[in-house]
Amino acid sequence: MLSDRELFEQIIPILRPLATDGSEITAETDLVHDLSLDSLKIMEVMAEIEDRFDISVPLNIVSDIRTVRDVVLQIQKLLAEAE
Amino acid sequence: MGIFDKFGKLAEARKALEKSGGEFFSVIIERVISPTEVIIKGRSMVLAGGNNYLGLTFHAECIRAACEAIQKEGTGTTGSRVANGTYSGHAALEQELSEFFGRRKTVIFSTGYIACMAMLSTLVGREEVILLDADCHASIYDGCRMGGADVIRFRHNDIQDLEKRLHRLEKRKTNVLIAVEGLYSMMGDRAPLADIAALKRRYGAYLLVDEAHSLGVLGQTGRGLAEEAGVEDSVDFIVGTFSKSLGAIGGFCTSNHPELDLIRYATRPYIFTASSSPSIIASTRMALKILRSQPELKHRLWNHANLLYQRLKDLGLSLGPAPSPIIAIFCENPLKTAEIWKGLLDHGIYVNMVLPPAAPEGRSLLRCSLSSLHTREQVEKIGDALASLKAKHPEEW
Repeated sequence: MLSDRELFEQIIPILRPLATDGSEITAETDLVHDLSLDSLKIMEVMAEIEDRFDISVPLNIVSDIRTVRDVVLQIQKLLAEAE
Repeated sequence: MGIFDKFGKLAEARKALEKSGGEFFSVIIERVISPTEVIIKGRSMVLAGGNNYLGLTFHAECIRAACEAIQKEGTGTTGSRVANGTYSGHAALEQELSEFFGRRKTVIFSTGYIACMAMLSTLVGREEVILLDADCHASIYDGCRMGGADVIRFRHNDIQDLEKRLHRLEKRKTNVLIAVEGLYSMMGDRAPLADIAALKRRYGAYLLVDEAHSLGVLGQTGRGLAEEAGVEDSVDFIVGTFSKSLGAIGGFCTSNHPELDLIRYATRPYIFTASSSPSIIASTRMALKILRSQPELKHRLWNHANLLYQRLKDLGLSLGPAPSPIIAIFCENPLKTAEIWKGLLDHGIYVNMVLPPAAPEGRSLLRCSLSSLHTREQVEKIGDALASLKAKHPEEW
């Protein structure tokens, strides 16, 4: 099982191109407010994450995801369920 | 903070669009001349932005049936299907749809939106899963949101992506419903239904197909994509609408599962709304008869679709993937889309303008739709207008 830190580091390359002002991505980065992602863009990010970790992220969960930390926690949960 | 402050971004977007396609927000159809011609701001327009595929809204027999029903049964039922809102016409239409689709049970709803809301929110419950194509209509998404199932998207028309997700779900050993559309409403492309049906069988899932835009348009007898693809036996649930090829308003679900009737007692969108008015039921029944007996309407529609698609392709426009009565014309961005939309209006052509998030993949498009009742001259006029705008603004497409 990957640690939260390892998961975070694997998510960064997916999110970094979206920080158009070059700001640093942290666990507290808010996908909507800090990265200005709209719902379509968030779904694209989720699709990349799904491919990267071989999981399916239910839409029901996506609406609860605000920050990068939330993303890490949900991936952790889905990976545990998959095992 | 005021109650409307959260709509600030919408207000900004609207303001920006008003500058390029100002009339978009004030289109009122002042007079309907025919299924393919209307008056907007005092000017005659070819209507190429609707869903009147077979042109039945003015069919004399449909109008006669509707008028007779109003005279006999009044303007509305004033009640739910489960109370005083089931008339003999509602039951007859359900029977006729069952016969048409060759299925055991049909339930009709007051709109197509409600049909999708009802089925997706109720058929699949907690601990169960809906796998839906990313480009599915808002009514399917909203139904999913209203219900308790886990909802997982797969990439539009991507069989490998669907299979990957079905494979991941195997361990859960739960009911999985795959939801797709026959013809997608914005791009006019078909689902790869034979492949989807094969996956459905392999993984023991259920399959629901929304034939809203394909009823009367695809399949030898007009039953939709499932008929065209030869996989009707693998489709568990077909949902559809009366507001497109059948020229009225309403929706349905038809199935070979005898338990479909139980939905009537379980789904709120069926129970807590008034049933369709007698005139709507009467015109829909007549339109279904015409759809079944006049296949030439469908053939004429496809002749128009193939002609216009090829013309626009030859112009070098960026189009949806294949000819269809729905032709998506992609434009560079929302503001340029609005400018071209306005240019078409100036040429006497009304099409739909579709902006993100309503258009797939965050793109902007003009949705041009055809009717069997368009004349050849009208189809040529649409092509001429687009050719003229392409020559004038070559950089905006």
